[in-house]
Amino acid sequence: MSILVNKDSKILVQGITGQEGMFHTRQCVAYGTQVVAGVTPGKGGQDMDGIPVFNTVEDAVLTTGANVSLIFVPPPFAADAIMEAADAGVDLVVCITEGIPTIDMVKVKAFLEDTDTRLIGPNCPGIITPDEAKVGIMPGFIHLKGKVGLISRSGTLTYEAVKQLTERGLGQSTCIGIGGDPIIGSQFIDLLALFQDDPDTEAVVMIGEIGGTAEEEAAEFVSNYMTKPVVGFIAGQTAPPGRRMGHAGAIIAGGKGTAAEKMAALSAAGIEVVKSPADIGEAVVKVLNP
Amino acid sequence: MKIHEYQAKALLRDYGVEVPRGFAIFNAEEAKKAAEDLGGGTVVVKAQIHAGGRGKGGGVKVVNGPDEADETARQIMGMQLVTHQTGPEGKEVKRLLVEEGMDILKEYYFGIVIDRATNCPVLMASTEGGMEIEKVAAETPEKIIKEYVHPALGLRPFQAAKVAYKLGLDPKLVRQASRMFMNLYKAFEANDCSLMEINPLVSTGDGRILALDAKINFDDNALYRHKDSWPELRDLSEEEPLEIEASKFGLNYIKLDGNVGCMVNGAGLAMATMDIIKLSGGEPANFLDVGGGANAEGVANAFRIILSDPNVKAVLINIFGGIVRCDRIANGIIEATKLVDVNVPLVVRLEGTNAEEASKILEDSGIDMIVGRGLADAAQKVVAAIQ
Repeated sequence: MSILVNKDSKILVQGITGQEGMFHTRQCVAYGTQVVAGVTPGKGGQDMDGIPVFNTVEDAVLTTGANVSLIFVPPPFAADAIMEAADAGVDLVVCITEGIPTIDMVKVKAFLEDTDTRLIGPNCPGIITPDEAKVGIMPGFIHLKGKVGLISRSGTLTYEAVKQLTERGLGQSTCIGIGGDPIIGSQFIDLLALFQDDPDTEAVVMIGEIGGTAEEEAAEFVSNYMTKPVVGFIAGQTAPPGRRMGHAGAIIAGGKGTAAEKMAALSAAGIEVVKSPADIGEAVVKVLNP
Repeated sequence: MKIHEYQAKALLRDYGVEVPRGFAIFNAEEAKKAAEDLGGGTVVVKAQIHAGGRGKGGGVKVVNGPDEADETARQIMGMQLVTHQTGPEGKEVKRLLVEEGMDILKEYYFGIVIDRATNCPVLMASTEGGMEIEKVAAETPEKIIKEYVHPALGLRPFQAAKVAYKLGLDPKLVRQASRMFMNLYKAFEANDCSLMEINPLVSTGDGRILALDAKINFDDNALYRHKDSWPELRDLSEEEPLEIEASKFGLNYIKLDGNVGCMVNGAGLAMATMDIIKLSGGEPANFLDVGGGANAEGVANAFRIILSDPNVKAVLINIFGGIVRCDRIANGIIEATKLVDVNVPLVVRLEGTNAEEASKILEDSGIDMIVGRGLADAAQKVVAAIQ
């Protein structure tokens, strides 16, 4: 099994006719993902590589039964695109877009509270369940099907961790990039809970970074509810305070959100914390073979 | 993006927030006239730099009359102002704000930020005006009043009044203060602020509430909505020249104090690369995210920026090619070394799509570089290259 997406997930792509959307849709399809529809306002009735394009998400859902939306819409329109998908009733929205204003995301979060839709991202690489569905922009070939779940605020650093796992023969159940923005749809705790309940996940890797308190909340959750082993890494141990390190959410503000604080919280919760990003794979081997 | 106090006050004035009368000046000679125009009485001369703690550093002075204002302005303008936020080298003062003096009764703190834990804007207020809110939060958290704002409804008048009452304001001032909080919130939302701080907010002897100081940061992601106003508010002299240069090429660069330059794709991996350099016994000279499409031009520009820092004694390139193929990046690096003279040891680690071909291309190129195998190996090699 896996979490969030699998071979039965029916994906629609918002922004499918844009350069990014088209390129990555083809990559997802090549991986074997079921992409059933695309949405671009004004281009309804056309198709992209045989995938029907609709004007609205509602049309796409009613016609194709799509239950997951993957968003490549530019920042000025992305918040609206997320709300449109939720309004159309899709179960899961994965928003890749980087650069959505924070105040827009705050409104999106409030809107989603009244729906059953789960949001992953924005500013994230997406989700992959190896050999079943790739709903995002990650390179598919580095993955191996297996029993390690992975949650990360980063993109390429996630690939680095996946590579270390795959090299050691440790496959992944599902890998999720939750996004580098200050306001994101799903946090570590939301997904840790899903992995805890997933019978085919045996261990979880969580990759955090400086800024905010999501890792501290995750630590509390792990200590209270998780029985599966968790490995943690926090990026930004050498980051100066007060500077945004690339990601909008990666900032030590008012002395809070440092890597040291987060690592201490994770360790205290019984999580196997690695200092070096090169040691993630080995740490998983260790927790699975105590 | 940060703006100066005088710019923040001008913005707030447009929203009906009462601030002291004042003039921003760019030459010390203008101080005298500014003080005269303010009535010739007590004025405050305030250094305008993008850092807090200006008062303690000697950048804010209360003076009597135009002559003293003239003298003080000449002292502050051009000084290297050192505060706890500027670093030991300080910041050169190039602008001053000359403001009317206030008959202050009491000082308060007021701020608005987006709370990441609850996903909504939050008002914070405290009777401990003038102090850093972080310090108050750490030492006396009970003294911080918080009011969370519904993102869609905005701040409601009763909430603004609650904050005013909790501050223990004179009942005659509550209505005035509530109106001010409403206006501050309006300004916060309409201008895509990521932070707004009024520290201190003051009550005066003549029964008014004013924003005596104002700090505003904008959410960079919202620049597209403010193209008409933000560019002219930006003070490039407050920013690191190399960072401005990098941003012209779409590179995300932050200068640090070490000697190992690094070029990485992706913000998380870039931070992790800095971390592993440190763990290997080196000190990172910078954060640099080259972004998704690391082509020859991008790599060449990144080299130029990294190498303009005279502290850099070696460079580590760490690229995880996902959608971007490593062989293309390898060719990009080779092209870039023809465009830029790389005169320090170079360690390259390429991983991901077509990594094997890429290694071969680099090895066959004859360019003097060290190939790193894996993250730890690359970091150790670059640190060793310096020693």
